[in-house]
Amino acid sequence: MNTHVHDRRRFLALAAGAAAAPLLTACGAGFGGDDSKSDGSAADDVTGSFDWKREKGTTVKALLNKHPYTDALIADLKSFTAKTGIKVEYDVFPEDNYFDKLTVDLSSGRASYDVFMLGAYMVWQYGPPGWLEDLGPWMRNSSATGAEWDQADFFPNLLQADQWSLKAGAPLGQGGQYALPWGWETNVVAYNTEVFGKLGLKPAETFDELAELAGTIKRKAPGAGFDGMYGIAVRGSRSWATIHPGFMTMYARNGLKDFTVDGGKLAPAMNSPEAVAFTEDWARMVKRGGPPSWTSYTWYQCSSDLGAKKAGMLFDADTAAYFQAVRGASPASGKIAFHPGPKGPDGSLATNMWIWSLGMNAKSEKKSASWLFLQWATGKEHLRKGAIRHNHIDPVRKSVADDAAYKDKMRHLPGFLETFETVVDQTKIQFTPQAQFFDATTSWAAALQEIYGGKGAQSVLDGLADDLAGKVG
Amino acid sequence: MGWRLTLRPYVLIVPALLLTCGILYPFGLGLYYTLFDFSASKPQPDMVRFENYTTVFTQEAFWNSAWVTVLYAVGAALVETVLGVAVALLLHRSSLLGRVLEKILILPLMIAPVIAAIIWKLMLQPSVGVVNYLLRPFGLGGVQWTDTPTGALLSSIAVDVWVYTPFVAILALAGLRSLPTSPFEAAAVDGAGWWYTFRRLTLPMLWPYVLVAVIFRFMDSLKVFDIIYALTEGGPGDSTVVLQIRAYLEAIRFQRYSFGISYTIVLWAVVYLAAMVLVKHLGKIQRRAAEVT
Repeated sequence: MNTHVHDRRRFLALAAGAAAAPLLTACGAGFGGDDSKSDGSAADDVTGSFDWKREKGTTVKALLNKHPYTDALIADLKSFTAKTGIKVEYDVFPEDNYFDKLTVDLSSGRASYDVFMLGAYMVWQYGPPGWLEDLGPWMRNSSATGAEWDQADFFPNLLQADQWSLKAGAPLGQGGQYALPWGWETNVVAYNTEVFGKLGLKPAETFDELAELAGTIKRKAPGAGFDGMYGIAVRGSRSWATIHPGFMTMYARNGLKDFTVDGGKLAPAMNSPEAVAFTEDWARMVKRGGPPSWTSYTWYQCSSDLGAKKAGMLFDADTAAYFQAVRGASPASGKIAFHPGPKGPDGSLATNMWIWSLGMNAKSEKKSASWLFLQWATGKEHLRKGAIRHNHIDPVRKSVADDAAYKDKMRHLPGFLETFETVVDQTKIQFTPQAQFFDATTSWAAALQEIYGGKGAQSVLDGLADDLAGKVG
Repeated sequence: MGWRLTLRPYVLIVPALLLTCGILYPFGLGLYYTLFDFSASKPQPDMVRFENYTTVFTQEAFWNSAWVTVLYAVGAALVETVLGVAVALLLHRSSLLGRVLEKILILPLMIAPVIAAIIWKLMLQPSVGVVNYLLRPFGLGGVQWTDTPTGALLSSIAVDVWVYTPFVAILALAGLRSLPTSPFEAAAVDGAGWWYTFRRLTLPMLWPYVLVAVIFRFMDSLKVFDIIYALTEGGPGDSTVVLQIRAYLEAIRFQRYSFGISYTIVLWAVVYLAAMVLVKHLGKIQRRAAEVT
C-alpha cells in the first residue's frame, strides 16, 4: 500500500516538475545573440554592373503576415521569379502570432528566413541585438541596386521611419536603414455617411466635437433605424496596438509626448497634467460613445463594426476602413467616407502611422538574392500593380500615389484621396524610439483600461510613469 | 547470453532516462539562465546571481499576478469539482439518457481550450453575443462580461469550468463505477437512507478519485494561459494577468529572457509545492477510503 502511494506521489511530483517545462523550453534560446558587429557589409561584395539575374537559381525564404499586401505580393511572385530566376518560398502566419514567431526565430540566431515583414516599431526591438541587416550599404551600392529602384520616389518620412541609430531617444532618420517601407496606414476618421445624413451631422473638427458626436450617434442612431449603432470604434484591448492608432494620433495633435529626452535620458511624460487631462477625455469619449466590451477591441472588431453598421465612426488606420468600404466588402460599403479627424488646439493634424516594412535577416546566407527580392517588392512596378489590381494601399511611393489609374480606383471613396493628401506630410511616427516600446505601450494600454474602468487617471498614469522610468531611463 | 542479461536492465531504463533528460535539460538550462541578465538588448549577458528573483518578489505586478493566479485556480478547481461530482452522481444510472449524456458530456474536452475561449469571447460580446441575446428577455441584455476586473476573472473561470468540468465528471464517474457494491448492499439491508449512504459510504470511498481530479485541475489552472489570453489578454488593466501571461510577456513579447524564465521557475515552485501538499492529502484519504471498505 505504501509503495503504491509512494509511486503515485512520485508520478505526480514528476508531473508537477514537467508542468513548467514547455515554457522553459520555449524560453530556452541559447545566448544566441552576437554583440560583435562587423563594419563591413555583404553589400560590398557585389561589384560590376547591376544584373537582376545575378542570383539565378537561388531560393529565398520569406516569413509573411496574412494581409492584403501579402496577397498582392504572392499573386505577383511569378513575375519576380521570371525576372531574376530566384525562387521564393514563404510561410504566412496570422497577425495574432506572427510577431511571436518572428521574434523567436530571430532571437534563435538562425537564418530560417532571409526576409520578413515587420513594422517600423519592431526595428527598435530587433535592431539593437543586431538581428536586422543594415540595408543602407545595399541601397548605396549601384552594383547591387538598379537605377529604376529610385530611392527618391519614396515618401521621405516613410523611409526615415525605418532608419535609426539604435540609441534610445535618438530621432528617426539617422543611422542604419533597417527595413524598407512597403505599405502603410495613416490614422484618420472614417464615418458612415448614411447615419450622418439622417441625423444631420458633419465630421468633427475638434476633439471635443468628436466626443460630442460619438455620444450623439450612440444616443440617437438606434432610434433612427440604425439598430445597435454606437458612436465611435477605437481599439481598447490590453495590447501595444491599442495606443498607436487613434489614441496616439489625437495625443500628438494635442502636442503631447510619450517621453521627454534630456541628455540622452528618457523620462516618461504620459503623466503630465495635459496628458492626464487628455487621457481622461479619451476614456470619457469611449464611455459615452464607444463600443460595448471596449477592453477587448482590436483593429479587427473596430473595422468589422464600421462595415456592419454597428459603428458610426472609426478612428483608426485608413486601411481598416478602406477594406470595409470597397464595393461589396460589407453592408456599409458605398456609405463610408473619410476625414482627417479633429485638429489639435493649434490646428495640428500630426498623425501617427503604421508601416508594414520588409527587412532582411542579418544572419541570412543569401543576402544578395534577398536584396534583389526586397528591391523588387518595394519597386515601382510591383507596388503599382499591387495598388491598382489588388488592395496594396496606402502607397509608399509618390509615383504610385500620383498615378492616374490609382487615383481613379480610389476616387469612388468619398474623401479618401483628399484625406490622404491632407495628412501625408504631417504623418510620422509620433513615439520616441526606444527598445522597450512594446512594454511601455502594453502597460499604457492596461492603464487606459483602468482609467476607463473608473480609476483616477492621475494616480494610474503616475504609477505607469514610475514603472517605465526604471525600464527606459 | 550472459552479457545480454546483464545489459537488459540498463537497456530497459534508456527510454525513461531519455525522457528524464528531455525534461531536466531545459529545466536546468532555464534555471541557469535566470542567474544572468540575458535579454534581446543584452545578448552577451552578465551573471547577476539571484537579482532576477529579488526583482520578481519586490514587484507589485508579481504579487498581483500571484493573487489572480491563486483566485483563478482555486475558483476553477472548486467549481469544476462540485459540478463534476454532481454530474457524475446524476449520470451514475444505467438509464439510456445517462449513457447518451455521458457521450455528449465529453464534447467540450475535445475542443482546444483556446478555441473554446474564442467561441466564448464571441458569445459573451455584449452587443452581438448570443448570451446577452438570451438574457435580454430578463432585462439583462446589457451585461459587459469582460469589461470589469471581476467580470473578466469570473468569465475566464466560467470558460475553464465549461471546458474541464467533464474531465472531473468522467473521473468521478469512473470512480463511482469501480466502488465495491457490498457496503452499499449492507447499508440498504440496514435501512440506511440516501443521504446517509452518500455521506458515510459514497463520498469517503470516492474521495481518492475526486482528489486526483482536483490535483490535475488545480495544477493545470495554476499554469493557465490559453483561456485567459484568448478571452481578455490579461485585461482590463492587470486584472487577469496570471503568472504564465506575465512570464510570456516578459520572455517573448518584451524579450527579457532571464527575467521571464524567473517567473516560470517561481510558478514551477508554486505548482510543485501545491502538488506535494495535495498528494500528501491523497495518501491520507486513500488510507481512510480503504478503512471504509
